[in-house]
Amino acid sequence: MTDASFPRRRTGRPAFRRAAESVVTRAIAFSGIAAIVILAAITVFLGMNALRAVGDVGLWSMITGTDWFPTSKEPSYGFLPAIVGSLWVTAVALVVSVPVGVAAAIYISEFASRRTKEVAKSVIEFMAAVPSVVLGLMGLAVLVPSIRVLMRLDTGLTAFAAGIMVGVMALPTIISISEDAMHAVPADLRTGSLALGNTRWQTVHKVVLPAASSGVFAAVMLGVGRAIGETMVVLMLAGNSGIVPNTPLVSVRTMPGTIAGEMAEVVQGGEHYSVLFAMALVLFAMTFIINLVADVVLENQRKRWRR
Amino acid sequence: MVTAASGSFELDDVSVTYGNETAVAGVTMSIEPASVTALIGPSGCGKSTLLRCLNRMNDELGNVKVGGRILFDGVDIYDRSVDPVELRVRVGQVFQKPNPFPMSIFDNVAYGPRTHGVRRKAELDALVEESLKRAALWEEVKNSLKKHAFELSGGQQQRLCIARALATSPEVLLMDEPASALDPISTQQIEDTIAELKSSVTIVIVTHNMQQAARISDRTAFMLRESMDFPAQLVEVGDTRVMFTNPADKRTEAYITGRFG
Amino acid sequence: MNHASARVRRARTVEMLARAVTGAAAFGVLGVVAFILGYILYRGAGSIDWEFLTAPPRMFMTQGGIWPAIYGTLLLTFWTAVFAIPVGIMAGIYLAEYAPKGAFTRVIRLAIANMAGVPSIVYGLFGLALFVLTVGFGRSVIAGALTLACLTLPVIITATEEALLQVPQDLRQASLALGATRLRTVLRIVIPAAAPGIVTGSILGLSRAAGETAPILVTAVAFYSPVPRTVFDETMALPYHLYIMATQAVKPAPDVVWGTALVLVAGVSIINVVAAAWRTRQRRRIRW
Ligand SMILES: Nc1ncnc2c1ncn2[C@@H]1O[C@H](COP(=O)(O)OP(=O)(O)OP(=O)(O)O)[C@@H](O)[C@H]1O
Ligand SMILES: [Mg+2]
Repeated sequence: MTDASFPRRRTGRPAFRRAAESVVTRAIAFSGIAAIVILAAITVFLGMNALRAVGDVGLWSMITGTDWFPTSKEPSYGFLPAIVGSLWVTAVALVVSVPVGVAAAIYISEFASRRTKEVAKSVIEFMAAVPSVVLGLMGLAVLVPSIRVLMRLDTGLTAFAAGIMVGVMALPTIISISEDAMHAVPADLRTGSLALGNTRWQTVHKVVLPAASSGVFAAVMLGVGRAIGETMVVLMLAGNSGIVPNTPLVSVRTMPGTIAGEMAEVVQGGEHYSVLFAMALVLFAMTFIINLVADVVLENQRKRWRR
Repeated sequence: MVTAASGSFELDDVSVTYGNETAVAGVTMSIEPASVTALIGPSGCGKSTLLRCLNRMNDELGNVKVGGRILFDGVDIYDRSVDPVELRVRVGQVFQKPNPFPMSIFDNVAYGPRTHGVRRKAELDALVEESLKRAALWEEVKNSLKKHAFELSGGQQQRLCIARALATSPEVLLMDEPASALDPISTQQIEDTIAELKSSVTIVIVTHNMQQAARISDRTAFMLRESMDFPAQLVEVGDTRVMFTNPADKRTEAYITGRFG
Repeated sequence: MNHASARVRRARTVEMLARAVTGAAAFGVLGVVAFILGYILYRGAGSIDWEFLTAPPRMFMTQGGIWPAIYGTLLLTFWTAVFAIPVGIMAGIYLAEYAPKGAFTRVIRLAIANMAGVPSIVYGLFGLALFVLTVGFGRSVIAGALTLACLTLPVIITATEEALLQVPQDLRQASLALGATRLRTVLRIVIPAAAPGIVTGSILGLSRAAGETAPILVTAVAFYSPVPRTVFDETMALPYHLYIMATQAVKPAPDVVWGTALVLVAGVSIINVVAAAWRTRQRRRIRW
């Protein structure tokens, strides 16, 4: 009797709708693997363009070479100045951003009122969106002159200046990931500790930090990845000299800075061009490994609290 | 036995396995058309699991295997030729918690028909009105069909979900504890709705409320999982009045009289 | 007794100290953000006028406006959105609604997380090798936008997936039980419910792309060029213009530099604030 009142009842889906659905579903599944495809494509295309450098100069002699004079008559393509320079910048950046970032994350997660928390989190989210070229400009205008005067240097364009600004760039990553990790610690653990008569701070360092430690570690690792790969700030602030530095208070060159600074001026397909691709491949490999470690740690941490 | 009437189920040795844990096994029973069948039993005995077999919603959970045979009006619904999407048009479901879509009352009810290709405004209007009337909600909402569904009370939302399920004119309605989240008055309204509906729709209802089962159902099936080491089983199925006055099995009697569960 | 209270007093002091130190760090970071914004506003506000926003540069870029750079950035961002949003949203849908639990899905997730950490200059060289040279677009808006799209993709995927996972399972079940296919359930029920999160996440990702310099350095930009006529032309862009003016300008032109910085930062800020505010409002409106 219900059928009588619903005369247009259909029993089958039209064939074209089934077909359309299967096309869209396939597109969705294909998009799902886009990330893998792109990462693989990056490896392939950097590799292809680096082939000539690997053949002419040799990967090992590039990585261990101490001189970077790509434009002299007898060019030398040693990556060490850039690798060591990147490490100095990263070290300074970590010294700035890890203590400040983790402390700020603790405050936001454990001490701040709800309202402060909300505001702080959106400011940090916004901070991640400030273009790095703007931070580079701020560094040039404010930081570099002060460092030159305060430290009595010939130039303020140093690993130190770049490192501080890169540290600022890495802060949002470190704060938000550590804060997430602390936030994920179950509330019962906290109330349990408070009920035992511990103060908030005792709870933080006896319960929350140990429980969130792997997340904080991952945050620092991701910060390192950001710092090594940050391009515009180091290009503008590090000074780009060619020596292997043994202090952060000198002008240094970095891998991203070298690639970005020289790529526009090289002959396409030439040796120098290919060497820059090889450097990008090395940089990609380094950040890939660092990020992979961080992500695996983060994923395990997430699983731990899921039930 | 094969019935010709529409909206009947024959279950033959049905079992359900989640991963490698068999939750329900050996269920053989029939569900008669245009009647109310109640599924009762203690928590965790597989009532919802069995219910979800009837419209193949178990398929959506992944990693679920259904054994045995389930005939719907004589057709094996787990046969490869059966499209679960089409099955669900004929076997509707109402859930424990009211779950209206975040859209207007009208759009909620019209969702099913639209999904199945009804586009004409007049036809949709008629379907929505008829479905809301059958779910006994029409009088309350007829002037506010454009309102957001979340503005309704819990009981109204549940009747909206019933109307939404009726709009595809299913032959069977599966209800998993449809009133357990509601107050007594809303529960009463749902029960009245069920009584109205059963002349046109086969209803299978899971309930924890013995009085409710006794009040509204024609037949009752009692399931029991005696130990977590073994799958749940169908202890007894039969006419509700007989089962509540003179159960064949000791365990049924114990459960009905509230001695365990 | 005495002993215990001394311990309690010490704990209280440490507590106060910890609160002060961590608070100083948190408010210090907020202060840095405020300082950067304030400083750029202070230095740049004077140079913003109608001509600056709408005219092309004059006198070797030291005077006139920055319209071609503004337009170039808008154009790049638009095309980035066109390429990144469909793929990003579909990938998010795949992860939240279709992906089976297993090793392969885990690999996909790791790849997405990893993509987010690839240095922007590496994307630049990738874009140069693939879009500029191999595909043959040359230095162009389209090559730059495709490069930026790769970089934005993980942000959009993650935002989409998170937003979809917020939608209660009940709604999916209700739709499936009505005989809707999985795809229709996703398109008609899940996506509309998750839209605020998806839209905000995508906008935030795009605003980041708009401020990137390194990826477009070798794929799209020119020191000076008129407004591009097609997507196959090269273009000026705000971040690159700022970089050039700050480091390599023939004559120092502080007005142009700080004015450009202000335009860039103001654009990114406004987009971020509006998007975040909208998301908060939507979240308040829909409470599951
Ligand atoms: N999605 C699932 N995955 C794995 N096991 C499940 C799943 N759903 C149910 N089970 C298992 O199947 C058994 C029966 O569960 P079911 O939900 O069907 O019981 P129920 O009778 O409906 O209980 P209740 O009265 O509490 O709703 C339980 O042991 C449960 O752990
Ligand atoms: Mg149940």
